[in-house]
Amino acid sequence: MLESYLKKRLEEKEILLMTHIVIGYPTFDDSLRIIEKMVKANVDLMELQIPFSEPIADGPVILHANQRSLAAGATVKKCFDFAQKAAQSFDIPFLFMSYYNILFKYGVDSFATKVKEIGFKGAIVPDLPPEEGEEYLKAMEDNSLAPIFIFSPTTPEERMRYLSSFGKGFIYCVARKGVTGKETEFSGQLDKYLAKCRRATDLPIALGFGVKDKKDIDFLKGKADIAVIGSQTIRLMDQKGVDAVEDFIKSLFG
Amino acid sequence: MFDRGYYDGFGGAFLPEILVATFDELVETFEKAKSDPCFWQEYSDVMSTYSCRPTPLTFAQNLTDMFGGSRIYIKREDLNHTGAHKANNVMGQGLLTKRMGKTRVIAETGAGQHGVATATMAARFGYKCTIYMGEVDVHRQRPNVFWMGRLGAEVIPVREGTRILKDAINEAFRDWVANMDTTHYVLGTACGPHPFPEMVTYFQSIIGKEARKQILEAEKKLPAGIYACVGGGSNAMGIFSDFMEDDVDLIGVEAGGKGLESGEHAARLSSKDASIGVAQGYKTYFLQDNDGQMKKTHSVAAGLDYVGVSPILAHLKETGRVRFEAATDKEVIEALSLTIKKEGLIPALESAHAFVQAFKEAPSLSKDQAIIINQSGRGDKDIFTVAEAFKDPKWMEFIKNKAEEYNA
Repeated sequence: MLESYLKKRLEEKEILLMTHIVIGYPTFDDSLRIIEKMVKANVDLMELQIPFSEPIADGPVILHANQRSLAAGATVKKCFDFAQKAAQSFDIPFLFMSYYNILFKYGVDSFATKVKEIGFKGAIVPDLPPEEGEEYLKAMEDNSLAPIFIFSPTTPEERMRYLSSFGKGFIYCVARKGVTGKETEFSGQLDKYLAKCRRATDLPIALGFGVKDKKDIDFLKGKADIAVIGSQTIRLMDQKGVDAVEDFIKSLFG
Repeated sequence: MFDRGYYDGFGGAFLPEILVATFDELVETFEKAKSDPCFWQEYSDVMSTYSCRPTPLTFAQNLTDMFGGSRIYIKREDLNHTGAHKANNVMGQGLLTKRMGKTRVIAETGAGQHGVATATMAARFGYKCTIYMGEVDVHRQRPNVFWMGRLGAEVIPVREGTRILKDAINEAFRDWVANMDTTHYVLGTACGPHPFPEMVTYFQSIIGKEARKQILEAEKKLPAGIYACVGGGSNAMGIFSDFMEDDVDLIGVEAGGKGLESGEHAARLSSKDASIGVAQGYKTYFLQDNDGQMKKTHSVAAGLDYVGVSPILAHLKETGRVRFEAATDKEVIEALSLTIKKEGLIPALESAHAFVQAFKEAPSLSKDQAIIINQSGRGDKDIFTVAEAFKDPKWMEFIKNKAEEYNA
């Protein structure tokens, strides 16, 4: 179970690290090399995004990665084949991230069965609130997979508790308003928000959106259980190439 | 939580968590306004003093004589301020924005009509305004871009994806998730997450309410059919909504582009190329591949060039209450040309799609029957596209001379 893995891991580390890639960006081969480097740099878990043509919650960096991966010929089938290879090669938990239409068109039940078969542990679907997710929740449950739900700074505490009642594994807390990959202010405001998230759930909490360096991660120690790095590794890779990823991840805990 | 706005499985509210509270507020504001007996009065007062409501229902004597079948009436939404039915929706949402105490509005636009309408509304109410418009549309609708700028709106060309309407919607959502405290997103059509399909239809229903009264006065009976073009579906929902329970054929006409067989079109309900999916926050028919990736669409009319369609219309297709047809770019130019020459009316390229289908069916209807075509917008804004389609030599010469003047 994802939750117990995370809790066990937290006995040894102050904060865990989850990283994100868009499958097939810049290429499928590169994607696999990036995962290899991230695992070597000791990341604790990863979310692999199946690209979608209309990723409304993503900012420019991840949006472009989605578009380029699709333009280069990524399909859902190729993403699953890739994911299977990743799960067989590396011994960390993986999650899928994608938008609901990808699941819907594949068939929600078939999707969950496939995720299980590949050996992934769960999924993050940012445009699927539990109110619309009855079929998804059941399929995930049937396959012992973790549906990851999201808290945001605009979510009232009562709704956080409601979301938490459907979530498994951990809760993904979005650090601020806006889309992925923009600046976040790591300040007292964020402390208060994380405390509120913590009160509303017993699940481990991850914080993402705008986490980009060691300073941000140090700030989160003792406040969140998992730091999520998304756009920053893609940005780095765009600028300095795939090989820069390993040192970057290592530097976060240096 | 609110009722999630389903129409027999279509619709819903597939929202990122960050927007849930914003939608709760919007639903609450809309519900309160609807149940406030003064609100509709306030809305229709604004529309009669600021826009041009009620818009006339024009009897098209010459077209009627030419086709020799049913009597043809044209509902003149082109006579609204800013030249299209879009004004109805934006003024309504402008009033709601005031009720929510917000100070900024954003909108997507395809043809630019909704953008211009939103910019006028923002100027009138004193809101800040940002308009997202696909880069392709910015190029084909330059005059509207000019006016938006003059009206004080910031126009942001969207260079993502296919660079048309759907991409502009995505960018507007991305703005909204960051700025919802101050900002209302004035979605321009009866699509998107609940309550937009219902809310936009509610404001646009003013078209059908008037048309019903006007046709009963003119003909002493209901029409045999009503024709409206369908992009997102707001003008169609607007004119159809008051005839839903009647024995009146309702016909929605989509963009057939270069022909349904060509694959280059935007026909979601009248072709076999679309399938049910979930994107941009709602469930409907989308032009998408088997993986669920949205496809490129094409239409000569920027306002119809959209991958999705109103979930309410998707539902009405399934029940058979509304029939859907497609008109090709070529047929649209011909119908436009004919309407200009015969009646002196200049429908928008979007609206001309409805004329195409009405012209196909009018001859086989009897002389004592009437039909209504919704002229959702005026065509003079399309002067560049239309002049090009007509290959008008004098216009081309004018443009060349103008360019030389500016180069000099």
